[in-house]
Amino acid sequence: MRLASVDAAALAVGLRVGMPLADARAQIGELTVVPHDPVLDQDWLDRLAQGCARYSPLVSLDAPDGLILDIAGAEHLYGGEAELVRDAERRLARLGMTLRHALGPTADAARALARYQTRPAPDEGQAIRRLPVAALELEAEATTALVRAGLKTIGDLASRPMANIAARFGADAAMALRRLLGDAPSPLAPRIALPPVVAERRFAEPLGSTAHATKVLAELTGEAIEELGERGKGGRHFRATFFRSDGLARSIAIETGHPTRDTGLVMRLFAERMDSLADPLDPGFGFDMIRLAVPRLERLTATQLKLEGGAVRTANEGAAMDELADRLTTRLGRGRVRRLRPADTHIPEQAQLELPAADAPLPLAWPAPEEGEPPTRPFHLFDPPQPIEVIAEVPDGPPHHFRWRRATHAIRRYEGPERIAAEWWRRRDNGGLTRDYYRVEDAQGRRFWLFRHGLYDEKPDPRWYIHGVFA
Amino acid sequence: MRESSSQLAGLRKRIARLAANGGFESRRADGWLASGHASFDAAIGGGLMIGRTHEFFAADALDATSAAAFAALIALRTPGKAPLIWLRTSDAGKRTGHIYAPGIAELGGDPDRLLLVETTDPKMLLACANDAIRCAGSAAVIVESWGKFPLLDLTAGRRLALGARDAGTILLMLRLNAAPAPSVAETRWSVAAAASHALEANAPGAPAFDLELLRWRGGAAPARWRLDWNHDEKAFGPNADEAALSGALLPLPARRAMASHGAAAA
Repeated sequence: MRLASVDAAALAVGLRVGMPLADARAQIGELTVVPHDPVLDQDWLDRLAQGCARYSPLVSLDAPDGLILDIAGAEHLYGGEAELVRDAERRLARLGMTLRHALGPTADAARALARYQTRPAPDEGQAIRRLPVAALELEAEATTALVRAGLKTIGDLASRPMANIAARFGADAAMALRRLLGDAPSPLAPRIALPPVVAERRFAEPLGSTAHATKVLAELTGEAIEELGERGKGGRHFRATFFRSDGLARSIAIETGHPTRDTGLVMRLFAERMDSLADPLDPGFGFDMIRLAVPRLERLTATQLKLEGGAVRTANEGAAMDELADRLTTRLGRGRVRRLRPADTHIPEQAQLELPAADAPLPLAWPAPEEGEPPTRPFHLFDPPQPIEVIAEVPDGPPHHFRWRRATHAIRRYEGPERIAAEWWRRRDNGGLTRDYYRVEDAQGRRFWLFRHGLYDEKPDPRWYIHGVFA
Repeated sequence: MRESSSQLAGLRKRIARLAANGGFESRRADGWLASGHASFDAAIGGGLMIGRTHEFFAADALDATSAAAFAALIALRTPGKAPLIWLRTSDAGKRTGHIYAPGIAELGGDPDRLLLVETTDPKMLLACANDAIRCAGSAAVIVESWGKFPLLDLTAGRRLALGARDAGTILLMLRLNAAPAPSVAETRWSVAAAASHALEANAPGAPAFDLELLRWRGGAAPARWRLDWNHDEKAFGPNADEAALSGALLPLPARRAMASHGAAAA
């Protein structure tokens, strides 16, 4: 086990990243060791990135420990670059974070400066030229080759013809150099796509109460919906972000099954969501900004009421149903309010898809029942099928009686087998066992769907399962 | 004598007025969910009254599917696209099985009308049922519960019933693995699977239900029926075996009848 990361105090006493844990323990008796959890780190970085949305909407993660912000055109809101950096440092310091930052003309340049700058320089251009070649982050071999060739800094490298560098050290090296120097674009992959409609409110004094924040959210919703109306669109997804004055942010999102421009409905869903939060919205030292974004828009033309006033009744009821589905989705979660859709397969447990009602899946045609025939598929399906013990008169014949859930059922009537083969064209080994399905009725008149998993020439002792119960 | 009878009529009128304002049983029904079986519907005043609560108890834990299918089929019989809201707890799939749309389609129901709602616990089930029942426009709301349901006491039951009355919706309580208990339901049923009418080669036939009316606010109980489901006509019909015993014509579907005629001729 090795050290993945060390804090300032540990650095001061000579511990380094990559050092074996046993050595570190030997050096320092009272060492505090915490297991490295990359997922939690990522999560924390993500939360910081969310909080950095206050400086710029374009925030990109530079895993495992960096954030790149595109502050072009946004720095004056904080009174200049230096003030913005100071504000970020202050907020992060409150979270116990130390910040190492750099400003650069391109994302790659800023990143390299933040990570590799060791000596001060009069300006950005000079600073980049003084960076070590390691800042190109090429493969170790290429970096060593560069250093061996006497090219120690970016400036050394930049003074050579680009074609020679590409020929000697590969096209990647040339590309990385051009990006660093700002000759090639270094686009940011922002963490969050820009939501099309945004309304936000900043407060001079932080808001200390959630009730007040909800009121502001209602105003923002009204503003956002007015803008939606002007564009002839309705929102499907609304996300409120509450920025706390200590730098953390909390997002709450709701979804609707159909585009909406109904402020009341959106606020009811938000209220529903807040009520169902496991850990309630905590203002802490207060919210200093609230933002409402509508990331997902869909066309929604204005509807006309009847001349006498009042909407058409059927449309109204449809809307009430949609609202119910949205409300239940918000309360229970997306996956818990579902609609059933057919899937094109003959494997029984895969023949239906349970899709979230919030996605408003398109209705598809179900196979029509065969006239005059009893149903061949059960009303209730067990997934996975439940194992049963079956006694059959002949090994590959129909079951005579079976035992399920500690009760024995004598079979009076049966139909079958209906043979369903595995989908061999989807499997690499062309395998999969064939199932022989039987529709059976026991002495009490209950109808079950049983199958034997495997033919006798496929498997020596195939097992029996109950897969469903008929009406 | 004359005076006292007019007094009596006045009192009756007053009670009726009070009941219309406050009592909830006296309101006229908005309609019925009919089974399609004439004598069955007639015996309970037209079918399951809309705007009321109806309880379906599975006679045995193994009869859960019969009770569920009966409630679903009587709701999906209604024409149109009105959704059937089905609320169950998330462990129901393991106990009674997942609701299987291809099976519903083969029974002649339209699975597109199903809106499945799964809740984590019975408390949330009741809360969601209260919301669903107050939303007009559904074909029916089915609330499926397993075992004793202590949260569903008389107060909770009455709240649901009032919600159904005000919104003009119908609530079908599916009580699986539970013993019938007093409640405010309009009708209370015990549903069990019945032996189907055997087809050729002793194959199980159309779904058959054994229904026992345990309680009906509007009249006499108990009573017992055996109904078969005919998915071509989307209606419940008399049990084929009982019809045969009483000498009536077998309501065999056309194709099968023709085949057997052919066999007889040969």
